[in-house]
Amino acid sequence: MSVSDVKTPSGKLDMNELLERLSTVEQRLENLEESQPDDMVAMIVFSGDLDRVLAAFVIATGAAALGQEVSMFFTFWGLGVLKKESNLAGKGLFEKMMSVMSPSNSTQLPVSKMNYFGVGAKMLRQMMKDNNVSSLEEMIDLARELGVKMMACEMSKDVMGIQDEELVGGLESAGVAAFLGDSLRSRTNLFI
Amino acid sequence: MNEVHYDETLDTKGLNCPMPVVKARKKIGELTEGQVLRIISTDRGSIKDFQGWAKVGKNIELLGQETVDEDGTELYLHFIQKTS
Repeated sequence: MSVSDVKTPSGKLDMNELLERLSTVEQRLENLEESQPDDMVAMIVFSGDLDRVLAAFVIATGAAALGQEVSMFFTFWGLGVLKKESNLAGKGLFEKMMSVMSPSNSTQLPVSKMNYFGVGAKMLRQMMKDNNVSSLEEMIDLARELGVKMMACEMSKDVMGIQDEELVGGLESAGVAAFLGDSLRSRTNLFI
Repeated sequence: MNEVHYDETLDTKGLNCPMPVVKARKKIGELTEGQVLRIISTDRGSIKDFQGWAKVGKNIELLGQETVDEDGTELYLHFIQKTS
């Protein structure tokens, strides 16, 4: 279609046709604007490795500081970051085994390489301290302070037998649709 | 660039990524529109970090950056104006 299509045979502009097209264009523009991503970063934190989780929180706090809305969805091993303690009461055998063998809070997280039964993680923490890098726990507090949204995956909580009482407060329990709701309107999506 | 006028100073010496930007963000929140914040940092990455912030940040403008030597330590100065 071109502008010449809205001319009548006599060569005059057809006003009605023009207005109609204008309103179509306006509608399409509005739809387009609605589908634009927001200033938002969405992250899935799947890993429970200290080094990876640190990267996630550096990005989260940095993005929040830059004025981005940040949404973090913790699932599977990533739930270990949000634990404050391990309870065994009321759990089945496998759930108890899982509890005993998993970190009971963020300070117990292993590193992805050279962990050597936790020595590697302790070493990394010391090296971070020596270099004046904030600890993971400081960054988690900072992220909360900056309004970073944290969601705990309900399904992995059930599978791994993690109870609400074992997790820190201020979390939203959610599923894949809740994450996608944020992810689909985010400019940046990360899986860590 | 010594002529850049500033209203407040934020000292982030010794702090590493992402703290200079995070602290600056908090401080900017306390300022009023039009005021300029000077940030002192020892983090070399902060030069690009503040440029990155200025690129996406909607309420700030990076007026200038400067590297000065203080007793053998390089200090990176950033001047940020709150624009809204």
